[in-house]
Amino acid sequence: MKVELEADKCVASGQCVLAAMDVFDQDDDGIAILLEDRPAPELLDDVKEAIAVCPAAAIRLVEQ
Amino acid sequence: MADILADPVSQEPDTAPEFPMPRAARCPFDPPPALKELQREAPLTRVRLWDGSEPWLVTRYAEQRAVLGDARVSADTDRPGYPTKASPDAGEGKLSFIMMDDPEHARLRRMVTAPFAIKKIEALRPAVQRIVDGLIDDMLARSGTVDLVEAFALPLPSLVICELLGVPYDDHAFFQDSTKTMVRTTATPAERGAASREVAGYLAELLGKRIADPRDDLLSSIAGRVTAGEIDHRQATEMALLLLIAGHETTANMIALGTLALLEHPDQLALLRETDDPKLVASAVEELLRYLHITHLGRRRAVTEDIEIGGQVIRAGEGVIMANEIANRDPEVFPDPDRLDLTRDARRHVAFGFGVHQCLGQPLARMELQVVYGTLYRRIPTLKLACPLEDVRFKDDAFIYGVHELPVAW
Ligand code: SF4
Repeated sequence: MKVELEADKCVASGQCVLAAMDVFDQDDDGIAILLEDRPAPELLDDVKEAIAVCPAAAIRLVEQ
Repeated sequence: MADILADPVSQEPDTAPEFPMPRAARCPFDPPPALKELQREAPLTRVRLWDGSEPWLVTRYAEQRAVLGDARVSADTDRPGYPTKASPDAGEGKLSFIMMDDPEHARLRRMVTAPFAIKKIEALRPAVQRIVDGLIDDMLARSGTVDLVEAFALPLPSLVICELLGVPYDDHAFFQDSTKTMVRTTATPAERGAASREVAGYLAELLGKRIADPRDDLLSSIAGRVTAGEIDHRQATEMALLLLIAGHETTANMIALGTLALLEHPDQLALLRETDDPKLVASAVEELLRYLHITHLGRRRAVTEDIEIGGQVIRAGEGVIMANEIANRDPEVFPDPDRLDLTRDARRHVAFGFGVHQCLGQPLARMELQVVYGTLYRRIPTLKLACPLEDVRFKDDAFIYGVHELPVAW
């Protein structure tokens, strides 16, 4: 599974960082950045939570 | 009788229930019972507002997120069908980007997102902890009954947003008075207009000073956008006003109402009093955000193209209100929703809204509430309500719900 982030949709809410610190971070303006696009399986639940709470639908999981 | 049966539609009186609805007496934390009933019956219904208009009310969680995430709904209060909370203030400007749509909304919002990034907010945590400890010290130095709103709940967010924006806290009596009027539904449009012009004038002048002499604060960074020609002075003032107001009433009411809710649920309060686990404190904050509902008048939008939500077509030009307090009690998402349970995973609540307009200040609000809920009850373990619950005055008359005063003793 691969994580995709559309940064131009991001509204800098920081929700993804709170849900999955090891996968997401924010740039100087608060816009999300992807630290890890193929996170370890044990992080998948956190990524799914990030997707669920992202208000801007900016994050997706795709089958590689 | 036969006539009535033959033509039921024309005989039907106007049955759309009025919104907002009254809360049940003696149940200040629960959404109005009528709202609950509507949610049980259907995800969407028509309601009647103060001006006789009949927008759609969305009561279920999934449908609310669908509407708030849809680009075909507008947050622009000037759009036809936009359901206003009270008569608009004549001649008033917009409250900046929260009343705009993309791309202008995104352009303006991004100008002020930087200080609200998680790591920058985390860096403020020790300073917020010091403020909280200082306010508690001052409270403990007093004796008898203390109003928690005046002594603690309002000063904390006010001090923090003033510091962040670069607004002198010494002027707080002036703008707290004005912002209180601005969020009171019973204030006349003229009163609300005058109050907002007063604070706007004050902020416009302050912005002028920061344009001439920038410092290291958010107001100066907004001033820099004016200098760079990205926004004009009026837009900058509206932005500063939005941040100042939003930083005040919301967190303050979460602190006071949250404390009252905890005092009424001693087993839950005990969990906070006895823990030093930041995870439990963080989860308590999310649960209280879900359980309480200080934005009790719903999130409002105007639909710009026909959309289908929950099996219902909403036409272009119709208004729609998302009653977030009842969505946060949707049993499909939060089992046993009326139970306050600080240990549940409540992170998916919509207390901060959803979609591109989701609250910009939420990382700050979260951090402040974590420090407060993690400190106040541990430091004052005998904290108690100093009057009967019946005597507490709730803010049914304001855009933001909470309590007017919270007399406490220890
Ligand atoms: S949760 Fe979504 S909107 Fe918020 S910072 Fe992450 S990607 Fe951006």
